[in-house]
Amino acid sequence: MIERPDTVVPSIAQRNLEGYVGFANLPNQVYRKSVKRGFEFTLMVVGESGLGKSTLINSLFLTDLYSKDYPGPSQRIKKTVQVEQSKVLVKEGGVQLTLTIVDTPGFGDAVDNSNCWQPVINYIDSKCEDFLNAESRVNRRSMPDNRVHCCLYFIAPSGHGLKPLDIEFMKRLHDKVNVIPLIAKADTLTPEECQLFKKQIMKEIQEHKIKIYEFPDTEDDEDNKLIRKIKEKMPLAVVGSNVVIEVNGKKVRGRQYPWGVAEVENGEHCDFTVLRNMLIRTHMQDLKDVTNNVHYENYRSKKLAAVTCNGVDASKTKGQLTKSPLAQMEEERRDHVMKMKKMEAEMEQVFEMKVKEKKQKLKDSEAELERRHEQMKRNLEAQYKELEEKRRVFEEEKVNWEAQQRILEQQKLDASKTMEKNKKKGKIF
Amino acid sequence: MANTPRSRVNLLSKAISGTHSSTGGSTLLGYIGIDTIIEQMRKKTMKTGFDFNIMVVGHSGLGKSTLVNTLFKSQVSRRSAGWARDEKIPKTVEIKSVSHVIEEGGVKMKLTLVDTPGFGDQINNDNCWEPISKFINEQYEKFLKEEVNITRKKRIPDTRVHCCLYFISPTGHSLRQLDIEFMKRLSHSVNIIPIIAKADTMTTEERQEFKQRVRKELEMSGIEFYPQKEFDDDMEDKSDNDKIREAMPFAVVGSDKEYQVNGKRVLGRKTAWGVVEVENPNHCEFAQLRDFLIRSHLQDLKEVTHNIHYETYRAKRLNENGGLHPISSSDTQESNL
Repeated sequence: MIERPDTVVPSIAQRNLEGYVGFANLPNQVYRKSVKRGFEFTLMVVGESGLGKSTLINSLFLTDLYSKDYPGPSQRIKKTVQVEQSKVLVKEGGVQLTLTIVDTPGFGDAVDNSNCWQPVINYIDSKCEDFLNAESRVNRRSMPDNRVHCCLYFIAPSGHGLKPLDIEFMKRLHDKVNVIPLIAKADTLTPEECQLFKKQIMKEIQEHKIKIYEFPDTEDDEDNKLIRKIKEKMPLAVVGSNVVIEVNGKKVRGRQYPWGVAEVENGEHCDFTVLRNMLIRTHMQDLKDVTNNVHYENYRSKKLAAVTCNGVDASKTKGQLTKSPLAQMEEERRDHVMKMKKMEAEMEQVFEMKVKEKKQKLKDSEAELERRHEQMKRNLEAQYKELEEKRRVFEEEKVNWEAQQRILEQQKLDASKTMEKNKKKGKIF
Repeated sequence: MANTPRSRVNLLSKAISGTHSSTGGSTLLGYIGIDTIIEQMRKKTMKTGFDFNIMVVGHSGLGKSTLVNTLFKSQVSRRSAGWARDEKIPKTVEIKSVSHVIEEGGVKMKLTLVDTPGFGDQINNDNCWEPISKFINEQYEKFLKEEVNITRKKRIPDTRVHCCLYFISPTGHSLRQLDIEFMKRLSHSVNIIPIIAKADTMTTEERQEFKQRVRKELEMSGIEFYPQKEFDDDMEDKSDNDKIREAMPFAVVGSDKEYQVNGKRVLGRKTAWGVVEVENPNHCEFAQLRDFLIRSHLQDLKEVTHNIHYETYRAKRLNENGGLHPISSSDTQESNL
C-alpha cells in the first residue's frame, strides 16, 4: 500500500499579494480542460409503463432521445424487467455531454412483481464493478465513468400514498444510487390533492427510513433559500411534453385539454422547471460527486471487506485486488504463463488426436487397397479361366473345322476326279 | 281506465273491418286496456322498491369511490361512511360492502356498493381475483339455496352482483397484464363494464388512441364485456348496443365538489389551468356512462345477471352433485349440497 506522507499542517498564514500573479486563472484552466474532456452523466429512469418517463426525458433535454414507439396491443408487456441503455452526445455552448439514459421497461408491469428490482440492482452493481476494476488496473489511462449518477423514480399519481412496490424498490436502492422520487403525470392532481399527496409520501419515506437524495447546504445564504424551497416541494410533481402550444400569444410547451392548457414550464402548474434546474443547471456535478464519494465508496468497501475477510478471493471479481503494482505484475505474469501452459497442453492434445486420426485413416485406406487388390486378382483369375475355356472351345472348333475342311477337300478332289474321268470318257466317244 | 264501456261499444261498431294478420296475432277491434299493465307494474315497483348491487374493482388511487359518489350524487362510498382517508393498503384483497337506500321520484332503491381494496396493490398480485370470484359465486349460492327451499320467501333478497365496474389505469399505452387476466376470468360470471379512470390525465387525441387500443386488446383476448353481443334480442337492441359498444370503455372523471363556471354550478375538478367539468361531454364521458348505467340499462343489467349468469351458475351446480336436495326453511345451515 502506498503510504501517504503524513500531512503536517502548519498554521497557514495568509499573505497579501503585491501585484498580479495570475493564479486567479486557475478556475479557467480547469474549466478549459474539462470542457475539452467533455462530461459524462448517467441517468436512470424507473417506473411502471405509461407514467411518462420517455416524454419527461425528451422534455428535460429538449430533444427526441427516444424514438421508440409506444408498445402497440400486439406487443405484450415484457415478462421480465429489461435494462436498456441509450447513449447520446449533446453539445451546448461548446460543452459536450455524453448522456446515458438507462431505462427499465417492464418494471412493475407483470402480475407478480417480486424481485423486479433485481435486474436494476444487478445493473448498478455491475457498473460499479467495472469502475472498480478499471481503477485497479495497472494501465488506467482511459477510465470511462459509467456509474449511474442519478435514479429518477416515478410514482403513480394515485393521490393516496406509496405502493408497496415503491417502498420496496426505494429501500433497496437508496444506498446504491441517488434516488430522486418524482410524481409522474402531475396534471392529474389538483393543487390541494398534490399537497396532500406530497405530504403523505414524505411521511411514508421517513417512516420507512428511505434515504433520498439530499441537497447539500452551501455557505451561500441565497442558495440556501432556494434549496430550502426545493426541499419543501419534494417529491417533485412533474409533467412532460414536447408539444408546443400557443397560449395568449406565447408559445409554450404543454398539454392541450378541452378545459385548458397545462404548461410544462409554468411553476404554478408543475415542478418541472425546478427539476430541470436542479438536475442539470445546479446539481449535476454534486450528484456525480455524491455517487463517487458515497455510493461508490460504500460499494468498494463492501467488496474489499468481503475479500480481505476471507483471505481468499471469495467473490467472483476478476479484478486483481492485491496491493502493490509489482505484486500485481507478478500475478499477471504468472497468470499469463499459466495460460500459455494450458494452451500448450491443449495444443499437444489436439495434435495427438490429429495424429491418431491420420494413422487410423491411413490404415483404413491400406486395408481398402488390399481388398481391392484381392478383388482385382480374383477378377483377373476368373477372366483368365474364362479365356482358357474359350480357347479350348476354340481349339476344338478349329480341329473340327479342319477335319471338316479336309473332308470337304477330299470330297472336292474326288468330285473333280470323277468329273475328269467323265470328261475323258466323253472325249473319247 | 280511460274508456267507458259505452265508448268501447261505439268504437266496435265503427271499426268492423278488422283483418287477421298471417302470423296469428290479431289486431284489436277496440281498446281493451292491456297497455295499462305498465302502469300497474310501475305502481308495484314503487311500493316494493328494488335492489341494485354494484361492485367496483381497480387498484387503489383510481378514483373508484369518488366516481360512485358522483354517479349516485350522494355520499355512498365506504370512504364517507366513516373510514379514514389514509387507510393503509390491506395485505390481501378484501371485500367490503356498504348499503344505502336512496329515493327519487317515489322510487326506492337499495343500493349496495361492494368495494375491493387491495386489488392489484401488492408486489405479487397472483390470484388477487380469487377472493372476488369467490364472493360473486357465494352470492349466487345464497340465492340458489333460497330458491331451492321448499317454502320460499316471498321476495328473495337479491345480493348478487349485478354489475362490476372495472377501472383501467390511464397509462396511455395499453391494458396491463392484470387487467386482462381479471376480465378474462370474470366476464363469464358477472357483467363487467370497463372504465378508463382519471380521464383528465389524457388529452383528447391520447384518449381516443388509448380507447381504440384497449378495445382491440379486449377483442383479441376474447373478453365479452357488458353489453354482450350474444344477448342482443332484436335489431333495435343491437343497434343501440352497438353504438354503446363503440364508445366503450368510457373515459370518466369523478368529483363531488362543485365549482362556479360561467355562472353555473358544476361538479368538477379545479386545476391551475382550468376546471374539468364532470358532466360536460367534451371533457369526459361521465354523462354517457351515467345514462347508460342508470337511465337505460339498469333493469337490463339485473336481467342479464338473473337470466344468464345466475342460470349458468345454477346449471353448473345442479349438474355437479347430481341435483340439489330441497331444504326446509328451518334447515339453513349445511345440507347435502
